[in-house]
Amino acid sequence: MAGPALTWEIADGIAIVTFDTPGSSVNVISASVKEEVIRAFDTLKADERVKAVAFFSGKRDNFIAGADIEEFVKLQSASEAEQMSADGQAMLGKVADFPKPVVVGIHGACVGGGLEFSLCCAYRIATDHPKTSIGLPEIKLGILPGAGGCQRLPRLIGVRAALDIILAGKTVPARKALQVGIIDEMVPPSILRRQTLEIAKQLAGGWRPSRKRPGGFVGFLLDGNPLGRALVFNLARKGVEKETHGNYPAPLAALDAVEFGLKHGMTAGLAHEARGFGQLAVTDVSRKLVQIFFADSALKKDMGIDNPPPPAAVHRLGVVGSGFMGSGIAGTAVTQAGVDVRLKDADLTHVSKGVAAAKGVIEERYRRRRITKFDRTRLLALVSGDAAFTGFARAELVIEAVFEDLKVKQHVLKEVEAAIPPSAVFATNTSTIPISDIATASSRPGQVIGMHFFSPVPRMPLLEIIPSKDTAPGTVSTAVAFGRRMGKTPIVVKDSPGFWVNRILAPYMCEAAYVLLGGTAIDEIDRALVQFGFPVGPVTLLDEVGLDVAVHASEVLFKAFGERMKPVPILESFIKDQRLGRKANKGFYKYEKGKKRGVDETVYALAGVHPNGGPRAAEIVQRLTLAMVNEAARALAERVVRSPRDGDIAAIYGFGFPPFRGGPLRYADDLGAARVVEDLERLTERLGMRFTPCDALKDMARSGGKFYS
Amino acid sequence: MPQGDRRVAIVAGCRTPFARSGTVFRDVLAVDLARHAGRELLERTNLDPHEVDEVIFGQVVASPLVPNIAREVSLLPQLPKEIPAYTVNRACASSGQAVTNAADQIMRGHADVILAGGVESLTDVPILHTHRMALILTELSKAKSLGARLATLAKIRPRDLVPVSPAIAEPSTGETMGQSAEKMAKENGITREAQDQWALRSHRLSAAGTADGRLTAEIVPWLPADGGTPITSDNGIRTDTSLEQMAKLKPVFDRRYGSVTAANSSPLTDGASAVLLMSEDAAEALGYKPLAFLKSYAVAAVDPGWQLLQGPLWAVPKALERAGIPWSSLGLLEVHEAFAAQVLSNFKGWGEKGWDVNPDIINVMGGSIAIGHPFGATGGRVITTLANEMNRRDVQFGLVSICAQGGMAFACVLERV
Repeated sequence: MAGPALTWEIADGIAIVTFDTPGSSVNVISASVKEEVIRAFDTLKADERVKAVAFFSGKRDNFIAGADIEEFVKLQSASEAEQMSADGQAMLGKVADFPKPVVVGIHGACVGGGLEFSLCCAYRIATDHPKTSIGLPEIKLGILPGAGGCQRLPRLIGVRAALDIILAGKTVPARKALQVGIIDEMVPPSILRRQTLEIAKQLAGGWRPSRKRPGGFVGFLLDGNPLGRALVFNLARKGVEKETHGNYPAPLAALDAVEFGLKHGMTAGLAHEARGFGQLAVTDVSRKLVQIFFADSALKKDMGIDNPPPPAAVHRLGVVGSGFMGSGIAGTAVTQAGVDVRLKDADLTHVSKGVAAAKGVIEERYRRRRITKFDRTRLLALVSGDAAFTGFARAELVIEAVFEDLKVKQHVLKEVEAAIPPSAVFATNTSTIPISDIATASSRPGQVIGMHFFSPVPRMPLLEIIPSKDTAPGTVSTAVAFGRRMGKTPIVVKDSPGFWVNRILAPYMCEAAYVLLGGTAIDEIDRALVQFGFPVGPVTLLDEVGLDVAVHASEVLFKAFGERMKPVPILESFIKDQRLGRKANKGFYKYEKGKKRGVDETVYALAGVHPNGGPRAAEIVQRLTLAMVNEAARALAERVVRSPRDGDIAAIYGFGFPPFRGGPLRYADDLGAARVVEDLERLTERLGMRFTPCDALKDMARSGGKFYS
Repeated sequence: MPQGDRRVAIVAGCRTPFARSGTVFRDVLAVDLARHAGRELLERTNLDPHEVDEVIFGQVVASPLVPNIAREVSLLPQLPKEIPAYTVNRACASSGQAVTNAADQIMRGHADVILAGGVESLTDVPILHTHRMALILTELSKAKSLGARLATLAKIRPRDLVPVSPAIAEPSTGETMGQSAEKMAKENGITREAQDQWALRSHRLSAAGTADGRLTAEIVPWLPADGGTPITSDNGIRTDTSLEQMAKLKPVFDRRYGSVTAANSSPLTDGASAVLLMSEDAAEALGYKPLAFLKSYAVAAVDPGWQLLQGPLWAVPKALERAGIPWSSLGLLEVHEAFAAQVLSNFKGWGEKGWDVNPDIINVMGGSIAIGHPFGATGGRVITTLANEMNRRDVQFGLVSICAQGGMAFACVLERV
């Protein structure tokens, strides 16, 4: 590495230290940085001119992004990882035991090791800038804060507040960090340096901050004595078990590290923490989560095509169709991308509802205190609508989210093309109609593309981008870039029936219906897959998606792919009964005031089955997941997605495939192609041709290949 | 009027629905109405917001929280933040004044494109404390100790807590608008029946203009915040009224000898209007076909103690003289209807000048009595209505006349080429 990361100057008895990793946009704590920190603090300790230290980042909008993850992934064994954690602790010990006061001036992300470093300092000041975020996200990578975070945070802010951050891997804005007591002061960026130096001078002069015991009287009852803490840990442990179904070891290990440290003291706590870190670092779960982290980072730079041209700048977005999807797209585009959105629907009554719903997305963020009152006013003024195409002449991008019908969509396409500038892009939000079919109505098919959003739009992170065979590369860039501005992870997929997500989901959902016919209770099916790691089971998912939508999609896929996608004909009677799922307040489950209330027992009669046994959890999981894996392998071979990475991320973000299993293709790799094929053949024999392993899997089984090589 | 080389084009105009105060806009702030009208005009014209050089809006009763409402319009997120803006108050002619101020700037070459307009919400008005209460509160904010604060608070008497709401009365004479109209009816011999007839005409023509879409074409619908039924037309226009029903109403301002009633006066109204003005060259360069050009304008004032709303007798001849045209060449007129008594008094005075006042070309889609009169917004409405109807009827010259509080009046002449 060229040049040192740490430099300092001494003025008025204050050493002003600047952390600025050469050649990188963010600061990370690597092995070499650790050494530099130790050397620097040794030098400053010996330097008699130095009475206090003020510590800053030299990066524009980043303080310290944490430990060097590149070093982390090279770790081979638990003992190696434990050593890494212990090294970090030793380095920070130098800071914590430093005889002169250290003040940090935080601007930008201060997370993981960055916060653990700051916790060792005497005083923390952070800017009120939106880029400033503070937290310990380690849990999200399947590890725990291993550089003293599990010890120093609870001691600073109390057990409950610390667990709230550590167990969820949270990062919080400065305002919240000030509230819970992580930072001592919040200032505008313009005076961060001045104020930090001022505090350093005061500390050098002998002044010490007085901190209240966190949490007041309740804090004392729960955090301040062993009895209360035992209660808190007990509750937290139960909460974690309920959330993770035992699939994620990190939160429990972190809990342990916090509890152990409070019981047995700092030194023992640190050792326990390092040991926990070491064990977690080499778990399969952590490896998978880190892989996803890397895949996600790589995707942020991937435009989904080779040699992508620059995207068009989008200032104004037109949205046609103001229903649930359209208003969700509009509201998300405003809150995330800050674009001007014009909503259009056939009549003003619908427009009015849609505009109000889109504004609801902004109001929700305001209620959650994510935006200020003034942001809210500005954002609300960015949403408007009309029953005519007024304002579309200045749109650079239009997204259509009207009724899922080819004729209707083509009609809308023609209307929109007459209203927008010739350079604008027309995107269609469809889940089942081929983009090239819609584009036949276009006078400029190069600017027509699919943008398949998932419902509910504000919450679902995935976006499928579907170029037709005629779509121009610039159009792809524009759609991908805009999707990203909307806070989504765009995956470019091939224009083939069901695209990627619905195609691999269909056999899985279909198999759930077969299992139901086999006599398994609905909640038992759901429970099995939730235990496997899905956020909700397949039957609940069906209720969420809407039965009519699911039936329509399965018909399209059956038509395209034939027998293996043949839908199980139990849903027709449901649809006749207007039993469409959550949106109709009745589906497989009962709904009261929008809340799910247990299985509706009457549906068994409607489906013509009796829940009297049927396949058990292990078989349910195998049948459903292998049906998906088989289709995913087939679709990948057809280049529906460009890489296993894209396919896996889409499955995780699109319908919650368990992240710790890495996605359906990674999961197949872990099982091994040979075993997958063997299991599929057995299932074919027992249950039918729909399980016939695809050629791609059979080839891999023969060659011993993997999706990820 | 010295008309520079640069002619000023009226390119487009629009307005929100006008609603009787305290009805559908009861939860809407004036600033939101103004921003809506301004923004929707940009949408309808597809104007690139970077072209706008200035924003000028009229408002009569401003909220102390939004003292310069025009600036809040120019700070719409669709517009660049660097567009200067100011708010004018020429009472009921405020948005007429906003339009002509814009025209002056364009004529002088200081601007090419200006968004003008006006707004009033009599639902969103400041309610004040008495002067005594205000003094106590100011003193309280300066009190240093708890004792001083308590002593100050102890001065408050129950009568100090009665709020003061702005009245529509002349500060110089104490006469309300209605009393002035009443006086004009008596002095000019305007009968109750003639007033009711004119009011009925206003409602019938407005209803017809709404039904055939000429009036609603100027209205940008308002979408309620809760996603409820969109508001697409004015709610003061009555389709079911008759002379008999109107005759039943008691006079409001002079119960014994009076003739001015709620039915033959304009109602308190909430609403906003916006007008887009450009230099002729800019309109051509940007590809807009002007509706009309602003040929001339004039303002005048009379002693408020005389006939408060007879100012148009001076403003109109001045505007015509500046336009260099006789009354007889006017093909269409929009005369603001504060009261039927005022309209008919204006007519009488014009008639006495030897002018032929032909009602068939005046307020052909009704007027403020039916449509409503948000003080700051009416000027923008009548200018837009006049310009649009001149095009429909292929009229060369049109006139706007607006009487205003303080004995003032505003008139302007539009021309189509």
